[in-house]
Amino acid sequence: MGYTLTAAQANQVLDALRKDYTVYAPKRFCNQGRYSATDIIRYDEVERWEDIVWDVKSDYPAKEVLTPIQQAIFYFTEDEYRESKGPKKPILILARPCDINAQRVQARIYAGNGGYTDLYYERMRELVKFALMECNGGDDTCFCVSMGTNKTDDYSLALKFSDNGVRVQVTDDAFASYFEGLPQANYTPAFVEENELKVTVPDLEDKEVRKALKSHPMWQEFNSRCISCGACTVACSTCTCFTTRDVIYGDNPEVGERRRVTSSCQIAGFDQMAGQREFRSTAADRMRYKVLHKFHDYKARFGDSHMCVGCGRCTHRCPELISISATVNKVSAAVDEIKAGLAKH
Amino acid sequence: MMNPVQPKPCTILDVHKESAHEWTFRVATDAKVAHGQFMQLSIPKIGECPISVSAQGDGWLEFTIRSVGKVTNVIFEKTAGDTLFLRGPYGKGWPVNQFKGKHVVVITGGTGLAPVRSMLNLFAAEPGTAKSVHLISGFKNEEGIVFHKELEAWKEKFSTIYALDNDAKDGWRTGMVTAFVKEIPWDSFGGDYAVVVVGPPPMMKFTGLELLKNGVDAEKIWMSFERKMSCAVGKCGHCRIDETYVCLDGPVFPYTVARDLVD
Repeated sequence: MGYTLTAAQANQVLDALRKDYTVYAPKRFCNQGRYSATDIIRYDEVERWEDIVWDVKSDYPAKEVLTPIQQAIFYFTEDEYRESKGPKKPILILARPCDINAQRVQARIYAGNGGYTDLYYERMRELVKFALMECNGGDDTCFCVSMGTNKTDDYSLALKFSDNGVRVQVTDDAFASYFEGLPQANYTPAFVEENELKVTVPDLEDKEVRKALKSHPMWQEFNSRCISCGACTVACSTCTCFTTRDVIYGDNPEVGERRRVTSSCQIAGFDQMAGQREFRSTAADRMRYKVLHKFHDYKARFGDSHMCVGCGRCTHRCPELISISATVNKVSAAVDEIKAGLAKH
Repeated sequence: MMNPVQPKPCTILDVHKESAHEWTFRVATDAKVAHGQFMQLSIPKIGECPISVSAQGDGWLEFTIRSVGKVTNVIFEKTAGDTLFLRGPYGKGWPVNQFKGKHVVVITGGTGLAPVRSMLNLFAAEPGTAKSVHLISGFKNEEGIVFHKELEAWKEKFSTIYALDNDAKDGWRTGMVTAFVKEIPWDSFGGDYAVVVVGPPPMMKFTGLELLKNGVDAEKIWMSFERKMSCAVGKCGHCRIDETYVCLDGPVFPYTVARDLVD
């Protein structure tokens, strides 16, 4: 069923939805950007339709709703552990296809890897439904078509925003009642069919090629370019890594919590054990580790897709202007060179 | 839903000082652990760390711990009767069934002896489980020696070479463990053997190469890895190497897998 709503009607629907769902969407936070007088667009609970930012891509991904940068997993009182409580109310997340596809990627790690399902992820995921935001093409860092993540059918609602209002497709009967009596008009979402940017993911099936790639001089560039800040990881739609950290509440040393905090393989010390040396001690090592995870290792383990949805946020957020798409294309060139070299011998 | 990272309180039964910095904690628990597996030890308000099980018995497990970090330093303040929180066991241990009836060669560096200690105790307690056991154990110096009592007892049961890297000690050899690999009677095994190597990463790397140089079959070598971990259940990502998670697929790996892993 399809509808065409004015902004006022959309607000009515949002009000009704908010009774049953916590609704998350990209929102603008003025003057919170990296430079003075710049904004940040990130996910947050929305109360007014006008607050939803639909015309540009959010700086940070939808994963922040499901896996917050920081969350308490246990509370301690003296020597007792008490599991933190998750939300009870269902969640509706407005997201573009890249962000929805990213959840399929995250779920392979959080729910299932090694036969263990992470309670903190799963209890959120079970509450989440998606409202697809038809993508208007993204920006010059996007390459979803190359990654095959430009389309999805995992949504309960599809929305096409405009200055005047919104067109809606309802695919999940659970949402039909919110639109009763509103003006009907057929709408089917369109998906981005071509990005300006195209990325060729190299074929890394061959073990010898991978081995040669790991020690290829191409990575050395990142020793002078990458400052190992981890901004790419925080901006990434799919990155899942975290560190567990215990904290004591300042005024009572007997009470505290165990937190899960987002962590990045790009930051020094990610692999460092107490009293030992790091395995990956340079920015080049860490970049090689990340890029191969995204474009080979994840798929080698889970089989269905790469660990990158081509959202381009890492490129967008990198303070050193390192482009992931340019990096992958450099890997492809290095792989061609390695294969040609191996063929000669 | 089951929470795989929920720790359980366990009572410390005994603390035994192996060396100045390495103590063994015996903890009451009914967890059933395969030789070579590890557990997550934690202290609320301080943190968690993965520690391999260094011995096991009816209703207890032992952990040999070095005080090098935030959590282990606080564990060192604990005494018998205190509480330690445990979860696990995790990972894949030694393929003991595959070792049965074979000549087993164990080569360890420093506290790398801890993750093989419970299996060595099994071989010592049940002679005939392995056709023979050859143990090469190296330590940096006299202060670094752990499991003094067992090292003595194993002399009676196994063929042993104990060594200090640079120092001299009565009845002990001087040199790196790699120097003694050629003294193992490989030719007498008739191909029916398994080799276990545990120690710091460079020690395992060079021991692997030395074994190959001595004609040892790469497919008969096993190693145990140690990596940083937060969750031990394949979620936090810290221990991942290539498409391998040390917490899930290891810590024990066949050498044919281990040698290709690039951190």
